[in-house]
Amino acid sequence: MAIELKMPALSPTMEEGTLARWLVKEGDSVKSGDILAEIETDKATMEFEAVDEGVITSISVPEGTDGVKVGTVIALISSDDEVAAPSKSTPAPAVAPTPAPEVVVAVAPIAPKAAPATTDGAAMQSVTLREALRDAMAEEMRRDDRVFVMGEEVAEYQGAYKVTQGLLDEFGARRVIDTPITEYGFAGIGTGAAMGGLRPVIEFMTFNFAMQAIDHIINSAAKTNYMSGGQMRCPIVFRGPNGAAARVGAQHSQNYAPWYASVPGLIVIAPYDAADAKGLLKAAIRCEDPVVFLENELLYGRTFDVPTGDDHVLPIGKARIMREGTDVTIVSYSIGVGLSLEAADTLAAQGISAEVIDLRTIRPLDTQTVLASLAKTNRLVVAEEGWPVCSVGSEILAVCMEQGFDDLDAPVLRITNEDVPMPYAANLEKATLINADKIVAGVRKTLGL
Amino acid sequence: MATTPAKKSVSKKASVSEDAARANRERPSEPKPYKATKEELLKFYRDMLLIRRFEEKAGQLYGLGLIGGFCHLYIGQEAVAIGLQSALTPGKDSVITGYRDHGHMLAYGIDPNLIMAELTGRAAGISRGKGGSMHMFSTEHKFYGGHGIVGAQVSLGAGLAFGHKYSNDGGVCLAYFGDGASNQGQVYESFNMAELWKLPIIFVIENNQYAMGTSVNRASSEDQLYRRGESFRIPGIQVDGMDILAVRGAAEVALDWVRSGKGPVLLEMKTYRYRGHSMSDPAKYRSRDEVQSVRDNSDPIEGCKAYLADLGVGDDELKAIEKEIRKIVNESADFAEASPEPDLSELYTDVLVEQY
Repeated sequence: MAIELKMPALSPTMEEGTLARWLVKEGDSVKSGDILAEIETDKATMEFEAVDEGVITSISVPEGTDGVKVGTVIALISSDDEVAAPSKSTPAPAVAPTPAPEVVVAVAPIAPKAAPATTDGAAMQSVTLREALRDAMAEEMRRDDRVFVMGEEVAEYQGAYKVTQGLLDEFGARRVIDTPITEYGFAGIGTGAAMGGLRPVIEFMTFNFAMQAIDHIINSAAKTNYMSGGQMRCPIVFRGPNGAAARVGAQHSQNYAPWYASVPGLIVIAPYDAADAKGLLKAAIRCEDPVVFLENELLYGRTFDVPTGDDHVLPIGKARIMREGTDVTIVSYSIGVGLSLEAADTLAAQGISAEVIDLRTIRPLDTQTVLASLAKTNRLVVAEEGWPVCSVGSEILAVCMEQGFDDLDAPVLRITNEDVPMPYAANLEKATLINADKIVAGVRKTLGL
Repeated sequence: MATTPAKKSVSKKASVSEDAARANRERPSEPKPYKATKEELLKFYRDMLLIRRFEEKAGQLYGLGLIGGFCHLYIGQEAVAIGLQSALTPGKDSVITGYRDHGHMLAYGIDPNLIMAELTGRAAGISRGKGGSMHMFSTEHKFYGGHGIVGAQVSLGAGLAFGHKYSNDGGVCLAYFGDGASNQGQVYESFNMAELWKLPIIFVIENNQYAMGTSVNRASSEDQLYRRGESFRIPGIQVDGMDILAVRGAAEVALDWVRSGKGPVLLEMKTYRYRGHSMSDPAKYRSRDEVQSVRDNSDPIEGCKAYLADLGVGDDELKAIEKEIRKIVNESADFAEASPEPDLSELYTDVLVEQY
């Protein structure tokens, strides 16, 4: 009886991977624990172990194949033991033992159609957001010896999410520094180094762990310039993934944009696409002020067009109109922008023209772009992957009330995650998170439909 | 009642060599009292007296309502800052401390006028009136604050030391913290990385016996604080922080160790503050007799006076110094009182460096 070996899910967000190498061939006998293949995910190369004993009867996906979906049958093993229970047939516990190969574990929102180019006429190349961030750091490190990268697993491991891949090889251990698991301590060391004149890029494996270090971000970094009467600067970048990933539960799924955005003295950036991620991270590293740079794990593997060359630097504090429209404005940032563009497509099919604004920088907020759009459409919703209470959406609401009241034809609505800690169960998590359908429903409500 | 160090105590020696035997690792040599010249001793005396009189004046101005908020005086601890910082090179070595920071600034030669004007919240203050007593900096002198969050300066100091090493500028960071801060978690995170990366830093615990109202032995399971770095392999030395020559002697040993690339060292300075934790502290947690006993037996300035007398310096010379110091301090108070408050237009300046 043949046992199907399926492409395993090797991380919470993996949807597909590369079958880099087979370590067995057809006809080989294998036993539990043998390494069968090497599989490259978007984060790392992982070994794929046999669970069952038997003989490899066929290999259906040859080595070197890219984009193999999780759950795809990649090989068959004939079991020596005819009475082997069928439930043993799945090597990866994350994949349900169903015959349908399209089963996937973590479904990230669908990438929207290409966003308008940020730089007119520039030559473009297609890169993942992860690579764009790495390129931004590498270019700035080449340009300025004061720039260094510090964090957990940033050097030898090549980044917990592979964002710092290759930096150690190029810049060495002096400038790419692995720390112990000690967020408060290394955030303080980075901040002190910035006070002393260096340009640290401090990576938090995720911003959830930065709560251990938030004292240095706020009390030490953000307030220094003011408290010293402009004498002591703190040019530092705190960066890492922020917001919900997939199926990692409450303590690993939180959007901190509103927290940091409430602090005078900080710059807060939360890009959506790779071109913005690169251009804004470069700007953040060059910036004289402390920057909190919020990335999103679900976007790391997405591919976007990015201008070629090493001079793609974007202005901090400028929102971007991602899609023009006339009936309603959807204001968003980070992963919410993709969902908003998806919603705008749906709305267009319903005859509703939605303008989509990507805030890009959360502090200082580009209120002009928001208010100009409101003056045009007279209706506005905020789409935010985060909690509703005291959110960035709340702030946009206040700005529209205070400065755009006469332009409003309907109350501004917040479309957000549910106001609960992130649940683990797949259905509950899905119900908690914002999605394009929820944005469509919110827009229709604000239009009185 | 907390024990206070007897002058020229030798009890520490035993514990240091005990640790050395146990650890079987190279350790800094046993510090010896510094052999100061007459000129050096006179300067120590003068500098300590400046801190003493400056702080007394700050206390008076607080009482008059000219200084607001929290104001933490350094009276009693003068030998620590002077003994240590006299061994440093301003402009090369960096210093960072907590909120009890006036003394460390004066010890680094920062203008008393600018400090006092900051205490009174005036535009001429070193932070242009926006920092206050706890938040003062002089990047020119490589004095990096002045930090109000207990223990934060230890991680920040490790960052300054990281910068010295990264830039290979030969500098050392002196990071001060109190016995209270020595129980903060980030202190140990910083110890770990500082030793792991052999950062050029001297950690200085100014053990003045009380974290606000809590005595060391009510707060610390290991109350011999110089041992607090040992599990990170940071050698610790306990020093009589009331004796200027003992402090300076320890500074020499610590600097030799750190400058030779052997990584951090921890100095526990056994000292005492005569005043309350801050101006608003009634200090009911200790007796007047205890304070008086330290003043009578261990005062750092009186101790320095005795050393000077041994070298034949007479009262007249000391009185002339006293007169000069009183003049400097009175002028700083006049300056701080007469200077205007910051212009209201300064409210929104310096929030960010750049325009966006």
